[in-house]
Amino acid sequence: MSSHRGFILPYLTSAPLGGRILLGVLALLAVLVPFLNLAFPPESALHVPTYVVALVGKYLCFALLAISVDLIWGYCGILSLGHGAFFSLGGYAMGMYLMRQIGDRGVYKDPILPDFMVFLNWKELPWYWYGFDSFPFAMLMVLLAPGLLALVFGFFAFRSRVTGVYLSIITQAMTFALLLAFFRNDMGFGGNNGLTDFKDILGFNLQSDATRIGLFVASALALAGGYLLSLFIVKSKLGRVLVAIRDAESRARFLGYRVEHYKLFVFTVSAMMAGVAGALYVPQVGIINPSEFSPANSIEIVVWVALGGRGTLHGAALGAVLVNFAKTYLTGAAPEFWLYFLGALFILVTILLPKGIAGLLGNAPDSWTAFSKIGARLSSLFPGRAP
Amino acid sequence: MRAALRIIALVIAAALASTAAAQTDDATLTKLVADLGQKSFSKKSKAIDALFATGDPRVAAILEAMLSRNLYKQKSDNAILVKTKKDGKSVYQNPLTKTAIETTSKLKKVRINNKLRKKLRGAIGSLSLQNKDPVKRIAAADAVFKSRTKGMLAPLEAALSSEPDDAVRDRMRRALSAIQLVHKSDPEVRVAAVKTLGEFADPEVRGLLNSLLVKRGDGSHAEANVTIRAAAEEVLTAAERSAAFWGTVQNLFQGISLGSVLLLAAIGLAITFGVMGVINMAHGEMVMLGAYTTFVVQDIIRTTAPGLFDLSLFIAIPAAFLVAGAVGVAIERGVIRFLYGRPLETLLATWGISLVLQQFVRSVFGPTNREVGTPSWMQGAIQTAEGLTLTYNRIAIIVFSLMVMGVLLLVLRRTWFGLQMRAVTQNRPMASAMGIRTGWVDAMTFGLGSGIAGIAGVALSQIDNVSPNLGQSYIIDSFLVVVFGGVGNLWGTLVGALSLGVVNKFLEPYAGAVLGKIFVLVVVILFIQKRPRGLFALKGRAVES
Amino acid sequence: MSEIQRARPKVDGGDTKFEPILYLDGVSVAFDGFKALNELSFYVEPGELRAIIGPNGAGKTTMMDVITGKTQPDSGTVLFRGDVDLTKMDEAAIATLGIGRKFQKPTVFENHTVFENLELALAGDRSARASLFFRLKDDQLRRIDSVLETIALTNLQDTLAGALSHGQKQWLEIGMLLIQDPELLLVDEPAAGMTDVETEQTAELLKEISVNHSLVVVEHDMEFVRALESKVTVLHEGSVLAEGALDTVQQDERVIEVYLGR
Repeated sequence: MSSHRGFILPYLTSAPLGGRILLGVLALLAVLVPFLNLAFPPESALHVPTYVVALVGKYLCFALLAISVDLIWGYCGILSLGHGAFFSLGGYAMGMYLMRQIGDRGVYKDPILPDFMVFLNWKELPWYWYGFDSFPFAMLMVLLAPGLLALVFGFFAFRSRVTGVYLSIITQAMTFALLLAFFRNDMGFGGNNGLTDFKDILGFNLQSDATRIGLFVASALALAGGYLLSLFIVKSKLGRVLVAIRDAESRARFLGYRVEHYKLFVFTVSAMMAGVAGALYVPQVGIINPSEFSPANSIEIVVWVALGGRGTLHGAALGAVLVNFAKTYLTGAAPEFWLYFLGALFILVTILLPKGIAGLLGNAPDSWTAFSKIGARLSSLFPGRAP
Repeated sequence: MRAALRIIALVIAAALASTAAAQTDDATLTKLVADLGQKSFSKKSKAIDALFATGDPRVAAILEAMLSRNLYKQKSDNAILVKTKKDGKSVYQNPLTKTAIETTSKLKKVRINNKLRKKLRGAIGSLSLQNKDPVKRIAAADAVFKSRTKGMLAPLEAALSSEPDDAVRDRMRRALSAIQLVHKSDPEVRVAAVKTLGEFADPEVRGLLNSLLVKRGDGSHAEANVTIRAAAEEVLTAAERSAAFWGTVQNLFQGISLGSVLLLAAIGLAITFGVMGVINMAHGEMVMLGAYTTFVVQDIIRTTAPGLFDLSLFIAIPAAFLVAGAVGVAIERGVIRFLYGRPLETLLATWGISLVLQQFVRSVFGPTNREVGTPSWMQGAIQTAEGLTLTYNRIAIIVFSLMVMGVLLLVLRRTWFGLQMRAVTQNRPMASAMGIRTGWVDAMTFGLGSGIAGIAGVALSQIDNVSPNLGQSYIIDSFLVVVFGGVGNLWGTLVGALSLGVVNKFLEPYAGAVLGKIFVLVVVILFIQKRPRGLFALKGRAVES
Repeated sequence: MSEIQRARPKVDGGDTKFEPILYLDGVSVAFDGFKALNELSFYVEPGELRAIIGPNGAGKTTMMDVITGKTQPDSGTVLFRGDVDLTKMDEAAIATLGIGRKFQKPTVFENHTVFENLELALAGDRSARASLFFRLKDDQLRRIDSVLETIALTNLQDTLAGALSHGQKQWLEIGMLLIQDPELLLVDEPAAGMTDVETEQTAELLKEISVNHSLVVVEHDMEFVRALESKVTVLHEGSVLAEGALDTVQQDERVIEVYLGR
């Protein structure tokens, strides 16, 4: 009974085992990776090359993005197929700051206008680029741009009770519309090429190892923070209301809960988290372009969460890292095979692993039981045929 | 009678033309051609007149050669030769017999000046007006309209009086009125000319009439006569109204055409999603498979029976239906049946299938666009005088999509299978209790929806690039159409598709294609929120469970 | 049962006594031409226990949908406490106002424990902000414990609701209604799928609840309705066919015709 009460501070210790492992790994990474990268010379066997730092940093951003999707899908049943849009908006906000930081070091040497605007013969900065030379303002926008879009979009969608696959389809249409819009040159976001050729952030050279390490640590901290924030939300009574909405929406309504307020709250928080992930992603990969808005990207996030285990938070992070590691490996080793792999992952996870890896491990301590569970599931799919 | 008329007309006409119905004998002609080589430009001019007056069919070619400065005079005997190129080498020919001539003598180019050039053009023009080929005569009349040379007035009148073809006559009247308007002084003739021009409200005519209304810097009008300006204005207003009307008709056609494409893409989805409630994200790939089936069918026909090429689409339609339908049945039996009642999981699994299918096609056919041919009967377009262009392939797709829709309605309403299908979707346990093999019906229904997507692919292969990404570009639109029209309602799909297509096309001129599309997306998103169950929603308790 | 009485003091005297707590007048709802409700009019007095019976398709569930704001009526008046127009409000607002509903099919939150289900139903601020920083107070805990006792699920309080038996789910849902503490309870077929003993116990439970709540019970089971010993309203084709004590109603010619065939 005691587990029901008292969680404002103790919720940290009440984090599930997987969550504690996640936090532990993050702490370890945040200390060890910088140390191994900076303390050992490149020829040493213990040296972690900078490209690996950037790669793992990228995975951490994706993990944060996955947690943001899990927060709404796993706990509230909102399957967003447009979360890539919030990620990209955060990324563009950061990209705009980085563009302004280039100053007159661009190809056209214009002190104010980014190169692509000079190229388009623009004479002055559009109003929505004002303020992005200030880091705090840009960081505010990283939160506000996705947050506001989610707030407005969610307000209309949840108020009129668009749920289930309908919601999924219109979130997909939303990101598709943004994709088309950002491809246009006259939108003022660099069109097809997006924003790139960044030089430095807060005065630190983006190419230097130290800056890379700094971004890496920031990503690890953001992921830990995002996880703890999400954990706080899902462990609160609000979290239980979310699950109640997921399982029996109209029952929750008849109990007097304003379902749309709850959904809007968690959708907006989730969008902001996705925006932060995007903002950390952009300086580490050095570019943001409209293809990040493509619906395929957004739906790929969902399979990370599904593989890791929806409704667990740490499982989403695990899934994001695993799938992206596989992507890095396969697109290098056998690019033809990557889409087969991803496609098969979608199919197999939904049919055989509805609770994902975390669900499998969480309920079955040893792997043998895990495999026997898959076996049982297989035999339930093919009654009379399985061993 | 006609000969007499022609003679009268030609007599009235200026000295340029005189009667010469019969072919002039070669000796006279050779003599006249030789006169072209005289030194004095005025004598050359007279020689051109004389040659023109013969009316000999070979004259046009000679004058053209002169105009393009390919006429040479042989110093030795003052004979005229035409220079042509053959296998990259210059060859000299007798202008009348076209026989090649080896020449050792010195050659001198027959020179022309601007005045002669103008004269030559006019002469060639009026000779073309008498050409045997009506297409050439139209081209000649249009050329006269453009140049509006005063000298063409008489030959044009002559040609008009003897012209048998109505279409050619129209073009000649158009040209004649233009010359009359520009060069005549009699206001009545000119007002009549403006009125005649009013019958042809094409951009060229409007340009000419507009030039009358231009105000010069000093406040005077380009056209001094008020009556004529008024007439021109009247004609122009009418023309603009008519142009706006036909523009709308053209837009409507293009909108319906786009709508029918959307309909084709969405109609299969209306079955799998609308009737069965299965979210099939691989639906676009069924369309893509249909398009590739068309490619394969055409490839086989090209190598084995090229004569059948015009029929290739009729072979491709059943083939695509079977291929996509079979893949659909496989998907339903292999994946979807485990996921009934879990729409979000179905969405994800079928997305996985779509990735696999795309990669499969990419591996087999390569990532680039494949060329799918258009049968000859689908090439070309209906063009009306009002500037309306209706291409045959678009018309075919509109008709085809409506036929598919009709056949589908028949299958659903009038066949045993349709009855079973409706029974299963309405009350599964009851249908099962009545001895309907629900699993089989599920598979067949899904196969039907997929097969129709395959047929859509055949049609789309005619207007879109056949690439592994073909399906992706249609999937979101298709879903929007089905949701917009109202799930589970085929008529809603029809209305949804056509209205989205038309709205899209009408927005394009104002917002551009991309913004228009974004706008439509936003409108549909807002619409779904207003009426989550679409245009033609089914109401009631059953729907909500 | 003292717990229930403590939680909701009995309304004594005052104007409310003479004003119907629920008042429906000329309510019509049509689905694609089918009239689910046809000029339905009836009222429930404060503190009354009312049973509503009627054959399938009589409009019982649609009537509940209209009262709880799930369905908008095409015409007619629905008043709560004499002056609150329910047709203008949504489900959450009506629930907050003090109308609780139990569904035909037991609907509990299957991935929450019994305790958590009751915690979610507990009367209190329903806003998202309040939920985010919510802490259970001692008196609230006592209240949950007492309701657990009432519905006999104390031993199962940490079990996931999804793992309960059908009857236990029904009781849990009734418990959730209780702890929500509404003035008016709408209960849809509480005895469906229960054993005889359970049915009897349920009837007893509802009767106890009705001591200090207004209660509308929709039911098919005549034995159950008899056990409630309440006034009965018979619905047919969307309007009231007969009203009165069960015995009187059962004598009614038209009711017999509707129930026993035509």
